[in-house]
Amino acid sequence: MNHDAYEAVIGLEVHTHLMTKSKLFCGCSTEFGRGPNENVCPVCMGMPGVLPVLNRRVVELAVRTGLAAHCEIAPRSIFDRKSYFYPDLPKNYQISQYETPVCKGGYIEIPAGDGAAKKIRLVRIHIEEDAGKNIHEANASLVDFNRSCVPLIEIVSEPDLRSAADASAYLHELRSILRYIEASDGRMEEGSFRCDVNVSVRKRGAAELGVKTEIKNLNSFRFVEKAIDYEVKRQIEVLESGGRVMQETHLWDPVREETRPMRSKEFANDYRYFPEPDLPPLIVPPAMVEEIRRAMPELPADRRARYIRDFGLGAYEAGVLTAERETADYFEGVTPGLKNPKSAANWVMTEVLRVANETGKPIAEAVPAAAEVGALLAMVEAQKISLNAAKTAFAAMLKSRKSAEATIAELGLAQVSDTGAIAAACDAVIAAEPAKLAEYRGGRDKLFGFFVGQVMKAMGGKANPKVINDILKQKLAG
Amino acid sequence: MASPSELNRLTIANAATMLRKREISSTELTRACLDRIAAVEPRLHAFLTVTNEQALEQAAAADRRLKAGDAPELCGIPLGIKDIYATKGVATTCASKILGNFIPPFDATVIAKLRAEGAVFAGKTNMDEFAMGSSTENSAFGPTMNPHDLSRVAGGSSGGSAAAVAADEILGALGTDTGGSIREPASFCGVVGIKPTYSRVSRYGVIAFASSLDQVGPFAKTVRDAAIMLRSLAGHDPRDSTCSARAVPDYPRALSGDVKGLRIGVPKEYFVAGMEPEVERSVRAALKQYEAMGAKTIDISLPHTAYAIACYYLVATAEASANLARYDGIRYGMRAAAEDTIALYEMTRAQGFGAEVKRRIILGTFALSAGYYDAYYLKAMKVRTLIRRDFERAFETCDVIVTPVAPATAFKLGEKMNDPLTMYLSDIFTISVNLAGLPGLAIPSGYDTNNLPIGMQIIGAPFAEETILRAGDAFERSGAVTLKRPAL
Repeated sequence: MNHDAYEAVIGLEVHTHLMTKSKLFCGCSTEFGRGPNENVCPVCMGMPGVLPVLNRRVVELAVRTGLAAHCEIAPRSIFDRKSYFYPDLPKNYQISQYETPVCKGGYIEIPAGDGAAKKIRLVRIHIEEDAGKNIHEANASLVDFNRSCVPLIEIVSEPDLRSAADASAYLHELRSILRYIEASDGRMEEGSFRCDVNVSVRKRGAAELGVKTEIKNLNSFRFVEKAIDYEVKRQIEVLESGGRVMQETHLWDPVREETRPMRSKEFANDYRYFPEPDLPPLIVPPAMVEEIRRAMPELPADRRARYIRDFGLGAYEAGVLTAERETADYFEGVTPGLKNPKSAANWVMTEVLRVANETGKPIAEAVPAAAEVGALLAMVEAQKISLNAAKTAFAAMLKSRKSAEATIAELGLAQVSDTGAIAAACDAVIAAEPAKLAEYRGGRDKLFGFFVGQVMKAMGGKANPKVINDILKQKLAG
Repeated sequence: MASPSELNRLTIANAATMLRKREISSTELTRACLDRIAAVEPRLHAFLTVTNEQALEQAAAADRRLKAGDAPELCGIPLGIKDIYATKGVATTCASKILGNFIPPFDATVIAKLRAEGAVFAGKTNMDEFAMGSSTENSAFGPTMNPHDLSRVAGGSSGGSAAAVAADEILGALGTDTGGSIREPASFCGVVGIKPTYSRVSRYGVIAFASSLDQVGPFAKTVRDAAIMLRSLAGHDPRDSTCSARAVPDYPRALSGDVKGLRIGVPKEYFVAGMEPEVERSVRAALKQYEAMGAKTIDISLPHTAYAIACYYLVATAEASANLARYDGIRYGMRAAAEDTIALYEMTRAQGFGAEVKRRIILGTFALSAGYYDAYYLKAMKVRTLIRRDFERAFETCDVIVTPVAPATAFKLGEKMNDPLTMYLSDIFTISVNLAGLPGLAIPSGYDTNNLPIGMQIIGAPFAEETILRAGDAFERSGAVTLKRPAL
């Protein structure tokens, strides 16, 4: 079977919670992890007679996301009711936006190897409310409405993605942007960042799109990739064996690692959209858009480009350092006193991210202040301490949170570059090892390392190795 | 001075004065109303719930406040509340089995406002189920009888409120009006009712029938009483995004009694074949009376009137189909026994809703369905705009528009129950006002040969409540109509 004759065409629909204190249409808290039905009121429980009141903060965050994704911001958009019956949906309609979303068009740039970028176009971004959560037990189903009415935006891409890797890059970039602009925490495991995938395949070079399937229930980036790979392979096999792909919705089964179609009853809905009469049109004045634009932080793509240009970093390093705003901010806090920002990049990518990952804490809590790490690296650059001494000091500072200078002094890690002392130590070692000296001079160059080790030992490990090398070379040569 | 047993006959304005002068107490007034309720309810069935104890507690609290001085005008006044308003801790059924056991944990905004003023709530009044109907016969708990003739309907959907005011069970009442549900029962029962401009009064906590049409309004015995109540009800509410922030005028102050120079539009489309001659004669006589008082009548045309009923039954039912989706047996209200979730929905809704509610949910669902949306809902919205423009044009040449409220007086119980289309025509003169979002006042203009009240409708431009109240009050004061107290 010739899989290479086909290409995948993929579009993503991402639902993400917005980081607001209160819900979309009522004053209830959005805090995650509370006891069942603790964050509820008559409005988000769909009691008779209640009315929605739009949370302005949601509009600001949606517009901010739209600007970050280069969208056109609609000066006037409409909320609609989307009707379907489900126990976790209190009104049995969801307030969403249908024909007139708050953001239209736009694109997300994903890294496409060696600093190049690929534009993934967006169809739209719209605001809607989340539903509650059904919990199925042996003899009963329970509903927790804490999540009901939590603000969501749905970000719909054009089918511009061509592989699971593309999809993964898009999701990482999108999440990174959302976190940069503080619109969403992007936590997939808490359900605050969810993704549905539309997949079709077609013969390479074909202009027409194939029949697509929609895959739901993807709650990790890894599942998205696996589901796409599985589904692309499945569709190609269907076509190659003379079959037809059915337009249907599939569920990802993370245990069996396969997609399977949902029963038609589960998704065959006529949503009967119509304009929500309880909410006036959403007006976003140009002045508000400008105000939000002015307050936008530097976005990951811009920061990546700047790191490559100004710091001379590679695309990979720039990507790792800018993926999270806090990492990039930290990195930029380390660099100021350094001649070579690459050493800061290496340090952040290895030491800092390792500790952050191990402790599971944000960087600001996990490691000493960026300026102190900068001070450590400056001492390495000035050959005042060795790289190993810096690592030792860093480990101590994780616990003590003392300054770099104090830590180096306390632990006596300062490097000895005093040529007199080192020369004396060299003389003593050479005098004590006449046999080794003779062998060395007889041509066993490998013994140089032995002499360096002996001198370093005699200096208590604090001597500058470069100085030892220089002096030893002269003295051994005789 | 009224005898203690007749205090319930007082107007709000008079009772408020007497309460302030300490000539009567709210407790005495409330007791008189509760006694009257106990006496006539078995024949009338205007109430679904009578809250005796709470009413007397509220009356006692009002008396304390009146004694301390500085009490608002509605302090201590016994009122009836249509059972469509969420009342904290008191059953709120919307006259439906599906909410038969529902006790809201919150107050509607207007209920909270009245509570804050110290008003006394005598109970929850009967209505057509979910306000869908024109006779209160669609109540799941039995119809309300017309106090003027117990074999006839009280009108609807706010029939309980209208009948209770007409029968002196209470001094005033709250209704809601989606297509005529305040004005038609006011007309049938011979009391005053006003549907304010859409957005004038908060809808928060008012169980929704058709969100873009529903509006809160009062029933009272006089135009002045209606003006007093409206002043307390109207105003901005942060819980209702469709509620106007416009300042609330002092409506009673607008009642000057003067209509000199008032331009009254008389739309030819509202005086048509099929209406009862006695109704037309009564409204025409009222127009003559206005002319005698110095007003001018002008013939006008509202050309899209013929499409109003069709338009209304698409827009209202479409909105209702979504609004009533929440009654599913999951979170509150009735729940039918069932094997699975789908069956739970189906059985709960099959058993919980009455025939007219089901009919309208099905109509509305159809109108919004894929493939029909453009032809029905979207078209209806366009017609709605045309109807609104008819009125805008008309108000360029007149200040108010006067029409009959309904083409006929109160009909017999059961007469139209098997013929929904004829029933829908009861609202033919009131529906356009909701579609256009305008204020409309219903006041008695006379009686037919069966001694049944006839109602006149005074329609105003958006937020022209003061003008229509002034016109209604001037007519009431002219003495052209001698009000008849129901015999009962």
